Amino acid sequence: MAETTYREAVRAAIDDAMSSDERVFLMGEDVGHYGGCYAVSMGLLEKFGEQRIIDTPLSESTFTGAGIGAALNGMRPIVEIMTVNFSLLALDQIMNNAATLMHMSGGQFNVPLVIRMATGGGKQLGAQHSHSLEGWFAHIPGLKILTPATVQDAYDMVGLALQDPDPVLIFENALLYNAKGELDLDAIPLPIGKAKIEKEGKDVTILTYGISVFKALEAAESLAKEGINAEVIDLRSLRPLDDETIMASVAKTHRVVIVDEGWKSGSLSAEIMARINEQAFYELDAPMARVCTAEVPLPYAKHLEDAALPQADKIVEAAIKTVGVS
Amino acid sequence: MNLTIEKAKEFYSKMLLIRRFEEKCIELYSSQKIRGFLHLYIGEEAVAVGLCDALSEDDAVLATYREHGHALIRGISAKSVMAELYGKIDGCSRGRGGSMHLFDAKSRFYGGSAIVGGGLPLAVGMALADKMQNRNRVTVAIFGDGAVAEGEFHESLNLAALWELPILFVCENNQYAMGTALKYTESQTDIYKKAESYNIHSKQIDGMDVVEVAKAAARAVEDIKDTSKPVFLECLTYRFRAHSMFDAELYREKTEVKVWKEKGPLVVFEKKLKELGLWSEIPVEAIEADIKDTIDEAVEFAENSELEPLEDLEKFVYSEVSNG
Repeated sequence: MAETTYREAVRAAIDDAMSSDERVFLMGEDVGHYGGCYAVSMGLLEKFGEQRIIDTPLSESTFTGAGIGAALNGMRPIVEIMTVNFSLLALDQIMNNAATLMHMSGGQFNVPLVIRMATGGGKQLGAQHSHSLEGWFAHIPGLKILTPATVQDAYDMVGLALQDPDPVLIFENALLYNAKGELDLDAIPLPIGKAKIEKEGKDVTILTYGISVFKALEAAESLAKEGINAEVIDLRSLRPLDDETIMASVAKTHRVVIVDEGWKSGSLSAEIMARINEQAFYELDAPMARVCTAEVPLPYAKHLEDAALPQADKIVEAAIKTVGVS
Repeated sequence: MNLTIEKAKEFYSKMLLIRRFEEKCIELYSSQKIRGFLHLYIGEEAVAVGLCDALSEDDAVLATYREHGHALIRGISAKSVMAELYGKIDGCSRGRGGSMHLFDAKSRFYGGSAIVGGGLPLAVGMALADKMQNRNRVTVAIFGDGAVAEGEFHESLNLAALWELPILFVCENNQYAMGTALKYTESQTDIYKKAESYNIHSKQIDGMDVVEVAKAAARAVEDIKDTSKPVFLECLTYRFRAHSMFDAELYREKTEVKVWKEKGPLVVFEKKLKELGLWSEIPVEAIEADIKDTIDEAVEFAENSELEPLEDLEKFVYSEVSNG
């Protein structure tokens, strides 16, 4: 076990994968000579050379599509898209090719592709660099969607994704790259599709993923002072969702708060609510609550941006309200 | 290319197979045996036949939604294509693809893509993988003139040239992007000139002449295998039928269609063979009879093929065996 940053953990995972499998390569904007726009790939060009750390032009659609083509033809590409908003330029390739080829071909062509991208707001980057669109991608059958919150998952999920025969998208919250945590390189990773109970509790279940896990844990500490024992679950995987862990927790606490950095309308939080309604309605003692991003494109000004994003105090407020209703 | 009598027979038979297969498709569509979008290739047969003549089994082909011809000539059986059009389990995509999404791993046929320009980036990646693994084979990207307006066309040409990838770009310029003539959508209607601007060796050829296509394709494949650099062929051609079965075809004059029909691939080829004194040796009736049998068998096969069981609806969304 060693303390490391989230950034270093992702880099170590790519390094390990490239060292152990010749078919793995990294491709994206600024990943090579620049060193990675979030410095994730710093030093990898020197180690693996231009043939495997490939700088691309600003052509998201085509280099993502090229990743799909390379995956179809025997390679194990990792495509880095600088930020989630840019992934929309590649949405055609992700949706119409990566997610559909397996099905359209009647099971003949799988696409073992990994796409990584930064997601999330909080750095005053305005409305074209700050959104949390992972919930959108989680809508699409054929894709798997991972959202590492911890340093351990930042490392483990790259390896898990590369071992998966199908396209896996990893959303790394940009604010987490400097976060530190313990990394055990030999730990057996939790599989894709498995949520993790970050903190056990009995009064209310807080379901979330990514950076909001830490906001939820902070909220849980405040709630403890109010005598409310919250359970915090890191969903880890948004598609597939771990219904089993979610429903088991609901059956234990009977109250639910969902924290989702996406917008509320048509969001992942809406999906989770619907599933709980379908599968565990009679376990509920109160209406479910959710804390999402305000329904605005993210503003630049710090106070407005902070107010738009889910924060610990809003989670506390939602949980208290939920627990107070019986 | 030395046009032997064997080659002449082969070209003629293959072009006629596509023609007759699709004529049968029209009939089956009208009687509602097959549905969905149906984009016919009639008039463009010389491109598929000439092009595929230059390819080996190792080469990969990515085509568009007007791909029955390429699929048949690349080696997907008429039975398998027909069963796919019927939406049956024995179809080359188990009935999940339909006319626009024919796939076959055995013949390295990677679609069947119905997003205009969407297959081009895949071809870039396929060729990149070949280059990275030191495999001396070619990826062929077939697309129409409509794709030229898409950003992915330009992104893909740029990357293929920049990374020196073994791709053969084949533009089937049939003069219309869906129902709109090229002159209304492109500032430069000589498409090969766009490719030249990316430093790609490019050529415009008569896509109605199967021999010219075969020659140009053979030369291109040879160049690509020698240099590992992309080559671009613009094949001037014409579809005799509407864009799809839903198209009332109000946008072009019958006289224009007539002029192009006189330059049709079968007409041109027959004329050429007559000039060479080979026509009398083409057993036209026997070829017609063989093709009729092939198509009749394909229809019978498709009729008798099973439907995929409903309980398999959600299969093939993810791989069944996880390596994880």
